Amino acid sequence: MKPLDPRLLRYARASRAYLAATVALGVAQAALIVGQATLLAYGIAAVFLDGLDLAGLTPTLIALAAVIVGRAGIGWLQEAAAVRSSAAVKDELRGRLFAQAAALGPGQVRTGEMIALVTRGLDALDAYFARYLPQLVLAALIPAVVLARLLPADLVATVTIVLTLPLIPVFMALVGMHTEAANRRQFRLLARLGHHFLDVIAGLSTLKIFGRAAAQAGNIRRVSAEQRRVTMRTLRIAFLSSLVLELLATLSVALVAVGIGLRLVNGDLSLQTALLVLILAPEAYLPLRQVGAQYHAAAEGVAAAEEAFAILAAPVAPAFDSISAGTIVFDEAVVRYRDREVLRLSATVEPGEFIAFVGPSGCGKSTALGVLLGFAALSDGRVSVGGVDLSGVNLRDSIAWVPQRPYLFAGTIRDNIALGAPADADVKAAARLAGAHHFIADLPAGYETMLGDDGAGLSAGQRQRLALARAFLRDAPIVLLDEPTANLDAATAEGVMAAIRRLAHGRTVLMAAHRPELIALAGRVLDLTPVGAR
Amino acid sequence: MNYLRLLRPGFWIAVLAGAAAAGCAVGLMATSAWLISRAALHPPVLHLMVAIVAVRAFGVGRGALRYVERLTGHDAALRALGSVRVRLFTHLAKVAPAGLAGFRRADLAQRLAADVDAVLDLLTRVLLPYAVALVVGAGSVMLIGALSPIAGVTLAAGILLVGLGVPMLQARAARRADGRLAPLRGELATQAADLLHGLPDLVAYGAAADRLDRLAATGAALRAAERRSSLMAGMAAAVTALATGFSVLVGLAAGAVAVRSGDLHGELLAVIVLTPLAVFETVGTLPAAAQRFAACRASMRRLAEVMATASPVTEPLSPAALPVGPHTLRLTDVGAAWVPGRPVLQDVNLTLAPGDRVALVGPSGSGKSTIAALLVRFLDPAGGRITLDGVDLRDIPSDRVRQIVGYLPEDAYLFDTTIAANLRIAKPGATDDELREALTQARLRDWVDGLPAGLETAVGEHGMELSGGERRRLALARALLAGFEVLILDEPTEHLDDDTAAALTRDLLAAAGTRTVLLITHRPGIAAEVDRVVTLGQEKAAPARVPAGEPLPA
Repeated sequence: MKPLDPRLLRYARASRAYLAATVALGVAQAALIVGQATLLAYGIAAVFLDGLDLAGLTPTLIALAAVIVGRAGIGWLQEAAAVRSSAAVKDELRGRLFAQAAALGPGQVRTGEMIALVTRGLDALDAYFARYLPQLVLAALIPAVVLARLLPADLVATVTIVLTLPLIPVFMALVGMHTEAANRRQFRLLARLGHHFLDVIAGLSTLKIFGRAAAQAGNIRRVSAEQRRVTMRTLRIAFLSSLVLELLATLSVALVAVGIGLRLVNGDLSLQTALLVLILAPEAYLPLRQVGAQYHAAAEGVAAAEEAFAILAAPVAPAFDSISAGTIVFDEAVVRYRDREVLRLSATVEPGEFIAFVGPSGCGKSTALGVLLGFAALSDGRVSVGGVDLSGVNLRDSIAWVPQRPYLFAGTIRDNIALGAPADADVKAAARLAGAHHFIADLPAGYETMLGDDGAGLSAGQRQRLALARAFLRDAPIVLLDEPTANLDAATAEGVMAAIRRLAHGRTVLMAAHRPELIALAGRVLDLTPVGAR
Repeated sequence: MNYLRLLRPGFWIAVLAGAAAAGCAVGLMATSAWLISRAALHPPVLHLMVAIVAVRAFGVGRGALRYVERLTGHDAALRALGSVRVRLFTHLAKVAPAGLAGFRRADLAQRLAADVDAVLDLLTRVLLPYAVALVVGAGSVMLIGALSPIAGVTLAAGILLVGLGVPMLQARAARRADGRLAPLRGELATQAADLLHGLPDLVAYGAAADRLDRLAATGAALRAAERRSSLMAGMAAAVTALATGFSVLVGLAAGAVAVRSGDLHGELLAVIVLTPLAVFETVGTLPAAAQRFAACRASMRRLAEVMATASPVTEPLSPAALPVGPHTLRLTDVGAAWVPGRPVLQDVNLTLAPGDRVALVGPSGSGKSTIAALLVRFLDPAGGRITLDGVDLRDIPSDRVRQIVGYLPEDAYLFDTTIAANLRIAKPGATDDELREALTQARLRDWVDGLPAGLETAVGEHGMELSGGERRRLALARALLAGFEVLILDEPTEHLDDDTAAALTRDLLAAAGTRTVLLITHRPGIAAEVDRVVTLGQEKAAPARVPAGEPLPA
């Protein structure tokens, strides 16, 4: 993991302003740390050695209070800025991801993973912005400012810190290189053992049926003990890194403290300077040590961001110009998927024809429709519409598509029918033609009924009628139907077929079909069964 | 879940080590401060030797003890994790699946596994830091309080403010922010799912741009809400800085007065002023620990809820002798409910004589799968009785019942291991030849033989490396291998087209041989393939009163 991914600055503009603010706040923070140490050293020395009373100390106390309030204010600003910029960065990345998914088209991003990424995944960036990034900036700034303050005060202590400070990143890298590999192995193992537990719980009913549940308890105990043993073995080494870092930091402070103590005895040094060194020395080591501690919290966010960048980096085809409908010609059109031929088709479809594609599942009926929609790319041959080669143009404006399982969106029934239609479209007329009006009108809220997740609560027949209503409303010259009566009982299928007859009137229809009564609707049947399989 | 039960002896060793480590940090600061103050008075170096040795010892001790703390703490946490897993599993094995009906959710297993893992976080990152901070905080307050009571009281107040006050404020702020953010997050998730799942429809209908606009509006609203909550986010950092700063400030002021009045030796002033800096290095981690506690507590509460579920079956105190076959199962006026008070079956009568092949049909929700659960004693009837050769099923231990009656559910589970290991769950000692025989009966033998790794082929998570039909046949082979005399088969309705499902059922009935078979199906056309068809409940909407399922002649 790089300390700061330049792609983050490129893809999310909000992160640049935040980085600048963090640097400014970091400088102020470092100045206040030095100021607080200077005031404390002066105050203690003045009271102890010069017998200063409370009244004499008051200006110092007031200045100290101001510094403390300032430090608190900066801490507060830093966190608030982190939340704001994290929110802005997440919003920006999400927006880009959604636009990219839409531009790439169906089937190009893994849906489940992308939903997880845009919801929980990117939220892991909060820790990156609120903890890791500021700490990284402080780790660079504070030692520099602290050393700049110490240099004129005490050369010996400054040199001691300058010599020991670089050991921290060096050791971090040395130990880290070893532990990172060990940690990765460890996480894989943890994942596997956690997975075993998950697998056993998920399959518990099955285990009970076969009388194997009781035996699994011992198995879980054994696997857990094994997990503990292996985990501890890696942890013994992994924790060595923090042991080394802590030893370095505390021993350096101890070294500095003893050194200044001895020089004080000899009178080479004033108490005020000695106290300043004692207070500031640990401050120089602290931010470097904490960068390591924040690393893990940040890693998850960085992983999510990298996942996002990978999706955003995928090349997007340019938007194609629309063409209008005409004679459709499949000329030795071949689609391959993972080296397997899923469609081979030569056919001419004249405007107004009703074609049924038939054949066993997997013979490419849906793929043939997908080619016209631009969802499936040809591996060979060509498809033309009205004499125009379909590669490089877009036929979708002339198509109404009724997929096998139409997707219904969260929202009203009216919105779902009016998908892609102008605001004043006559939804009711379309629903009447699709035979959907009656069941919609019977619902308490009618066309304003809110649908649940993906149309939860609707039957398969009702979904299909809503999809047909969409197609009627679209009023396109080409209609693509993909097994419109699959999963419907005979009576429902009859109603849907009546609607299809109405829809087909005056339009070119290409339909993937399986049931004989559905195939009977078509004027011409094209068998897509591969030649070898007939 | 009782947290104290999680605390093993190793945990207390970790607390001791941690307190000693933090004590070293405080000691390092206090001793260094004293050493320097003392040195300023130019004493003979010999007088400083003890302090010099102590400073170095504290320097080494801190790192070493912290290492011990982390190792022993993690070891104790991993041991606790193992024992929680076993306890949870043992309980689940008793009550699943019927006892968990109230929780029935797709992600229950996933959630439970994650909840159990929260034990690690709870111990190492919540309880351990708090226990250590408690010991070190009390010790430091006593040390400083002995030197200057006012400084001691201020330090105690600061520690309480950071360790308890800030977490409470944080929790309130988080609740308020959640109230604003949760609905927007939910809305965004719904719209994102709509966009991605519905992308084909959106692209085909040219409606994707409109959806992106809506998502952008929701995203902007979420961003605005997050901005509003940003003011509270920095509060913990600010309060911790204030508490540290004012402990130091009050120490200096009170110390100055005490030194002037002669109550305090001047060389101890630096100790009072600087020690709080080291104390708050430890205490300052508490707000983050408290935030983690909120998440852990939710997990522990869910685990406790699951652990509190009652077993849906009562094992007999004096078990009846297991009847020897051939077996007859009889349901008399049986009613059942997965959740008490919500009956899904009433007055069902059904007899399964040896060698019977009976199809059970009915709309979804009519209780077909419930009958299967009753027959394998996942569930006891709420009314009526079920007998095996005249013996009430409740008088036979449930695992003995399942040696006779087997059930192949619609969504039979395949474990993420090899084909052979999945089969041997049914019969641990089975030879490869026995496995192949079962695969032959399930008509899967040729497919397995054709695989490069054969029986050792991994099936993937939930068997996802296999097709729906292959999964089904493998589960069937496993059920056949177990040698149940009565087999209940639940026909899959999802993910398989009608033709494949019908072919599977035919093979399945053929493979069952002379066994008694109860076939649960949704296809009314099954009559030709079985001896009898029993129709269950016509009215899906009225589960409270399901008509009796009388055996009908085929």
